Amino acid sequence: MDAVGGEYADSARTERDARSAITGHDGKGRRIADGGRTVSEFEQMAEVSMTDAERRRQWFDERILAPARIVWNDWRARFGLLVVAAYLFMGLVAPYIVTEPRPNQGPLLVGAFRTLEYPLGTTASGTSILSQVVHATPSMLVMITAGAVFTVVLGTAVGTVAGYKGGRTDSVLMTFSDIMLSIPGLPLTIVLATALQIQGNPVVIGVLLTINAWAGLARAIRSQVLTIRDDEYVEASRIMGMGTPTIVTGDIIPNLMPYITMNFVQQARAVIFGSVGLYFLGVLPYNSTNWGVMMNAAVNRAGATSSPTAFHWLLVPMVTVIILALGLTLLAQGADRVFNPRVRARHAESVAGDGDGDGNETTKAGGI
Amino acid sequence: MSYVLKRLGRSVLTIFVVVSASFGLIRLLPGGPLDYLRAQMIQRGGSDLSSAELNRRIAAQTNIAVDEPLYVQYFDYVISIFQGDFGQSIWYDQSVASVIGPAIPWTVFLTATALFLAFIVGVSLGAFMAYGEGSRFDVVSTAVGLVLNSTPGYVVALLFVAFLGYRFQLFPTGGRYASELTPGLNVPFLMSVLYHGTLPILSMAIVGFGGWALSMRGNSIRVLGEDYLRVARLRGLPTRRIAMRYVARNAILPMYTGLMIAIGTVFGGAVIIENIFAYPGIGFYLIQAINARDSPLMMGAFILITVAMVIGITIADLTYGWIDPRAKGGASRESY
Repeated sequence: MDAVGGEYADSARTERDARSAITGHDGKGRRIADGGRTVSEFEQMAEVSMTDAERRRQWFDERILAPARIVWNDWRARFGLLVVAAYLFMGLVAPYIVTEPRPNQGPLLVGAFRTLEYPLGTTASGTSILSQVVHATPSMLVMITAGAVFTVVLGTAVGTVAGYKGGRTDSVLMTFSDIMLSIPGLPLTIVLATALQIQGNPVVIGVLLTINAWAGLARAIRSQVLTIRDDEYVEASRIMGMGTPTIVTGDIIPNLMPYITMNFVQQARAVIFGSVGLYFLGVLPYNSTNWGVMMNAAVNRAGATSSPTAFHWLLVPMVTVIILALGLTLLAQGADRVFNPRVRARHAESVAGDGDGDGNETTKAGGI
Repeated sequence: MSYVLKRLGRSVLTIFVVVSASFGLIRLLPGGPLDYLRAQMIQRGGSDLSSAELNRRIAAQTNIAVDEPLYVQYFDYVISIFQGDFGQSIWYDQSVASVIGPAIPWTVFLTATALFLAFIVGVSLGAFMAYGEGSRFDVVSTAVGLVLNSTPGYVVALLFVAFLGYRFQLFPTGGRYASELTPGLNVPFLMSVLYHGTLPILSMAIVGFGGWALSMRGNSIRVLGEDYLRVARLRGLPTRRIAMRYVARNAILPMYTGLMIAIGTVFGGAVIIENIFAYPGIGFYLIQAINARDSPLMMGAFILITVAMVIGITIADLTYGWIDPRAKGGASRESY
């Protein structure tokens, strides 16, 4: 074997001298036709290389299939996913199936689960409660998305810049976010909505409801960035001369994904609770039906808290809100497992999956 | 010490920023509160009011003298706010301070008690759940905690009003105390205050404690796997000491930061809860002011809610050192 190896090395050297311009691969990771015998040790690529299709399949396997399997193996994530999917269906498809709510659709104040025609009952003006719940969903989804995206983008940007830049930038940004953090969110939203006389646009209301929520995320992200900033691999990137944007997006942000998803859900929940609460109080302007508006009408028009005949009118939107919030929370806990490297490693060992529930609970405390 | 000063300075700065922002909101928005107020006055006093007279009335009500240069208006406004003069409420026809001032202790009573209850119950429950990880008690409590954590406080409040208030008539559905009692340090009055406060406090506390329990459980489980616990056990330290000093302390620490965020959400939640129970706290007056389009009262309520919250967060922040020995110097707290 030794002799063969020496002979091979010899012949390789001479051949390389002769064909010095040829590097042995075509620059795309594929070996050229001569079988790669002309490659030096330094230029040697992998013995087996992948076609584009294989590459795509592997990417799909790593990025989509494995996380999906992890999510599906966790009952919490599975439940959360189903709930969120159901609400997406309710917001995107169901409004085309269910007729729009209007007065005198049916008899007044039918209880829930009494007739097939009005499964969730009717209001004091004979409007189907099911159609109200369904037709309130689209704007709710828009509101949730707007608020959560606003918070996550702004919070992540401020947090990473402050943590990575340090110095004066850091102290200015952090003082500003500390100030925002100490202003009570819901009262601020109420005052801004009144003073600015906003219209009922769901995007505007969504952003308004999370107007200072980014500050908390920015703080959390910053302290994470501070610990990651001096890790070996970030330092390595820096020594290799990568630009700051490359390091931030390539090395730092991926490590923050658990925080970002958790916060996305946290904010989604805050938007749901806040908007429904403020619609219930009647301080936000609205131009279509909403779960909070339904609750307001139930209490103020039919006295749902004191009279049992109208109680279902109040209960249905309440349950709608709770199930959505529960689904989002469980989905976030499942997502936490996806980003947890230990869980992923264990998953790689046994794709069959392990149903034990020892994930890291990242449920944040507090809430209204 | 310098950390304390810095921290206090930031609190003052925050209040200053909020006051400035409220000036901007009232004064600078076209079609905003000031324009609305002017229109309201013209409507009430008839159109025969001279503009000087109008400006004088606006100045009396909002502390903003419209005919002065802008920076003078601003300084006058800020100074009068810091002197405790929030202007005149239109709806109640008395000074904003005399409307809201008496309401502050009531809101603080509700929110502080609710937060305290939720924290204590949640943290101890979470510790027990972590101790018996995987047991039936743990599984059931986790499920209950998750559901409570996904329930808005006002939903609980409405259910309380409907069932305990109206259906079974166990608790009052409004007010701070029975109206025939004389306020003071006497037993029937204090009992009545507690009685009236029970439902609002519980509806804020119940939804909070699920979250506290879950995060305490998670933190404790994480701490239970740490090496220093094994070392402590190998050293033969008494169990009680390990539980209190090693597990509890390290598990509670991250939650103390959450406490600060919770102070904010509790004040926000109190606005809705107070309105459901018709409990005259600051939040109740805030919504009253909005419905009556009473902008001086609205701004006053908002500034006072913010001040209450800033004080709460500052206290939480300054007492952090008691729990976290690493924060003693203050230096480490600044960098991480």
